[in-house]
Formats: sequence, C-alpha cells, structure tokens
Amino acid sequence: MRYIEHDTVVRRMNGRMVVNTIFKSLFLLATLAALMALVILMYQIVTQGISHLSFSFLTNFASRFPDQAGIKAALIGSIWLMAVVAPTSIILGVGSALYLEEYAKQNRITTFIRMNISNLAGVPSIVFGLLGLTIFVRALALGNSILAAGFTMSLLILPVIIVASQEAIRSVPGELRDASYGMGATKWQTITKIILPAAIPGILTGSILALSRAIGETAPLIVIGVPVIIQFLPAGVMDTFTALPMQIYDWSSRPQPEFQQVAAAGIIVLMVVLLLMNSVAVIIRNKFEKRY
Amino acid sequence: MSTTHVLDQKSKTAGYEADGSLASATNSVYETRQLNLWYGANHALKNIELDIKENEVTAIIGPSGCGKSTYLKTLNRMVELVPSVKTSGQILYRGRNIFDGDYGVEELRTRVGMVFQKPNPFPKSIYDNIAYGPRIHGIKNKKILDEIVEKSLRGAAIWDEVKDRLTENAYSISGGQQQRICIARALAIEPDVILMDEPTSALDPISTLKIEELVQELKKDYSIIIVTHNMQQAARISDRTAFFLNGEVIEYDKTDTIFSNPTDKRTEDYISGRFG
Repeated sequence: MRYIEHDTVVRRMNGRMVVNTIFKSLFLLATLAALMALVILMYQIVTQGISHLSFSFLTNFASRFPDQAGIKAALIGSIWLMAVVAPTSIILGVGSALYLEEYAKQNRITTFIRMNISNLAGVPSIVFGLLGLTIFVRALALGNSILAAGFTMSLLILPVIIVASQEAIRSVPGELRDASYGMGATKWQTITKIILPAAIPGILTGSILALSRAIGETAPLIVIGVPVIIQFLPAGVMDTFTALPMQIYDWSSRPQPEFQQVAAAGIIVLMVVLLLMNSVAVIIRNKFEKRY
Repeated sequence: MSTTHVLDQKSKTAGYEADGSLASATNSVYETRQLNLWYGANHALKNIELDIKENEVTAIIGPSGCGKSTYLKTLNRMVELVPSVKTSGQILYRGRNIFDGDYGVEELRTRVGMVFQKPNPFPKSIYDNIAYGPRIHGIKNKKILDEIVEKSLRGAAIWDEVKDRLTENAYSISGGQQQRICIARALAIEPDVILMDEPTSALDPISTLKIEELVQELKKDYSIIIVTHNMQQAARISDRTAFFLNGEVIEYDKTDTIFSNPTDKRTEDYISGRFG
C-alpha cells in the first residue's frame, strides 16, 4: 500500500504550477504598484521643480517673489538641526539599547519598558511636538531654538533607534560573547571590542532611517513655533531657525502657482539631502560589515 | 608547575605562585565539594564531589542533559551568564573557593581558559583573535604581542598553516583550523587550566585527530578538562574519566579502570552503548 500515488502527483502538478505562477505575479504586481506611485511622484516633482532649481536657489533667502525665493536658511537650518539630533538621539538610543540588552536583568519591569518603547515608536509626531513645547520651549526656556527643536526631534526618533539597536545587539552571536567573557574580559571590554563592532551596521541602518524621518518631519516644528521666513543664518544652537519641510510647507500653501514650482524645487533639495545621508550610511555599513 | 608558564607574567600571577605551591601538596587544581546547581526549579547538578588533578586530561562523559557541560561551565563560572542559575557548595580552585565574593570572575577566567563546542573565532584577523586576550589584560607592546601570537599558534600546532595569513579574517580558514585558532586564543592568556566543551563535535575526523593529538601535547603544560560525547575519544585521550548521569557523578576513576572494569552497573551500560 503506497500513500503517494505518483500518477496522481503528476496529474495534479499543472494545477500546483498555476497557483505558483499566480502568486508570483500577485507579488510582482504589489511591488510594481508601490514603484509606480514613487515614479509618478518623482516625475511630477522633477518636472515642476527642475525649472526653478539653480545655484541661486540654494544661496538665496526666502522671498515674497517666487523667482527670488531661495532655500538657504532652511537648508542650513536643517543641517544645524541634524547636528543636534544625530548625536543626541544616537548616544541616548544606543546607550539605552546596550543597557536593556546587556546590563538589565530580564524581568517583568524590563519587558514592560521594552514594550513601551515599541509603543512610543507609534505615537504621532504632533504629540512629541506638544511634549517638546512643554518641556524644552517653556519649562527649560529654550524658546524656538535649534536646541529645543533638536531635542524634540531626538525624542521623536529615539524609540526607533533603541528598537533597531536592540535588534542589532541581539543578533550578535552569543558564542562571541562567550569567547570574550571566557578569556576574562569585562562587560565593557566585550561591548566595545566585540558587540558594538558587530552591531554597528544594524545600529547605523536604524539610526539613518530614523534621522531621515526627523529631517522630513514638520508637525513638531510647527507646534514648537519654528518660523518660516528667516533672513539670516543661525550662529549657534540657541538661535532660531527654519527647516526644509517647514519651508516647503509654507511655499506649497501659498496661492501663487509659481510657488508650487518653488516648493517642488525644495522637495528635490530635501530628497537629495536624504539620498546623501543614506549613501553615507551605506558606505559606513559596508566598511564595518563582517560575516560570522 | 608554574615553570610551564611560557611568558613573563610575574605581574599578572604574583599571587598565583603562592597558590600553586599550596596546591602542589594535594596535586589537585580543582576540588569540588557538595556542589549543587539549579536552573530555576531544575536541579541540574546534585552533590558533586570531584577532584581534578594537575597536568592530566580529565574527561567528562555522560548522555545528553546529564549536566556535564553545566559542570564544566561552572568551573569558570560561565554558567552564571544564564539567568536564574543558583548554586550551593564549593569549588576550590588551587585552594580558593571560586564562589567567594571577592574572587572576580575575570580573574578566574584568565587562569582557566575555555574552548567551546562550535569554533567561535571573532570576526577579526587571525592575529587579532589571538592578541585579544593579552590586549584586554593590558599588553600593548607590539613585540610582546607578536611573540605571544606566534607562541600560542605554535602551541596549538597551527602556526605553519597560518603564519603567512595572520592578517586574514579568521573565518577564511576551515572549521578544524578555526577550532585550533580558538585553542591558540585560549593559550594566549597563558592559563593554568583549559576547559574544553565537546571541542571536536563539529569537526571532521582528521581535524578531530589533530585536536586529540594536540590535547596530548598540551597536558604537559596545562591541566585539561574535556567534555565529550565520544567515548572512544575519552578512552583515547584522557587520564581520568568522570561519568555523569542525571546531574550526579556516578563514577570517577582512572580512564583505564572506567573502561575496562567499571564498578557501577550504569557506567558499564553506558560505555558499552546500552543507553545514552
């Protein structure tokens, strides 16, 4: 008595192959749909904005006249903002992840903390804006400065960085820790010499994704009261500033149709900045990537 | 015994000389007294009494889950990396209880090296793998490091195979070579005891043979405790054998005696392959 009738298997093979092909096509379609949306978006923005894109667009301040409007203040402001957000969020995020993964006892409290960090990643950005307004702008009297906005943005992306870093740290094989501890290394030596070098690609990927989110966020900046029209460059972190998404938001809400082109040009600049950030991440990641 | 330590480590082992001479009277590196260990509610080691002799190969055999690896990992307190582990009793290493509050695990582990079941080199160059131990213990001088690396690789009988590729990633060599790199890495901290947790279970027969020959070489200078699933291996390379079953030591004697004339019926059943 055989359970597998090979004739039947052959007869049913066609049906199985059809189902196989159907699902392959479905998944391809899903990918194409996403890709199409992206291509249409890019096409619209590039065709609208390319005419306004010039060197003077990068070097001019904002203006009432669309043909004179430039993005200098916003571009420099966003760079300042990132200069505060990147170190603050990465140091706090990686530190928290290291504590939770390597030092903290695995009990109900740490599980609770972990769960809440994941939940925080889903909190709307406007809520973080309100938090920043209460704590940094008002209570700590930082005003609508780069520092206040930077700290608010850091809070916003901190959960993402912590979760990504935790994953990266957890994925370092336990055997490597064993080998290090087995030779009498302290926890700190094991972290700096073994765990962090192995986890850095993952940590960087998560951090850059989070920073990309921070550079494109508008809502928290609006709540904090970051101005749009600024005719000077910030000289320090306590100065007020404006950022790329604020500037783009302002241009796109103006009635003159020419400003739509200016907004599109601004979006191109923002996307180029994002692309640059991601390339830096890829370069650093490739440099550190090592196989186990 | 301390003369076997190849490099100048006066600073590192100042207290060790005294310990060593103290221990030579009993000739035991480890004396285990009434050791009990629990993983949570699971009583994994029960009233272990075991003396490990110096400059011998001690094999620990027994079926899966009998506690042999747990016991080995208790000897350098690596077992404590598992949360919820509790111990009672004493393990005297050269006369000093390793569970004493003032006995740092880092200190213990510089004297007790470990080789793991799966080759686990660091994702670094061969050189950096060997130099890792000396470096974490504060040796920065390049010349001394070079010397330690060569000495350790020679000690693990792999120098000739890798001497021209020290800067290559340790993952670029075969599994058997990786395991000898791991042994060399353990030798680089100039330990007194080497713990081996089924060091050949992931290796092919030829690599296994090389490691077994190496163990015979190493016991001149080190005391070796090896956990193995392979009874022929225990018979081939060890001087003494302990048979573990369900967290207890059933029998511990000279390897010849254990394999030719065991006193306990269960030992006989196990070594003759009737269970396990």
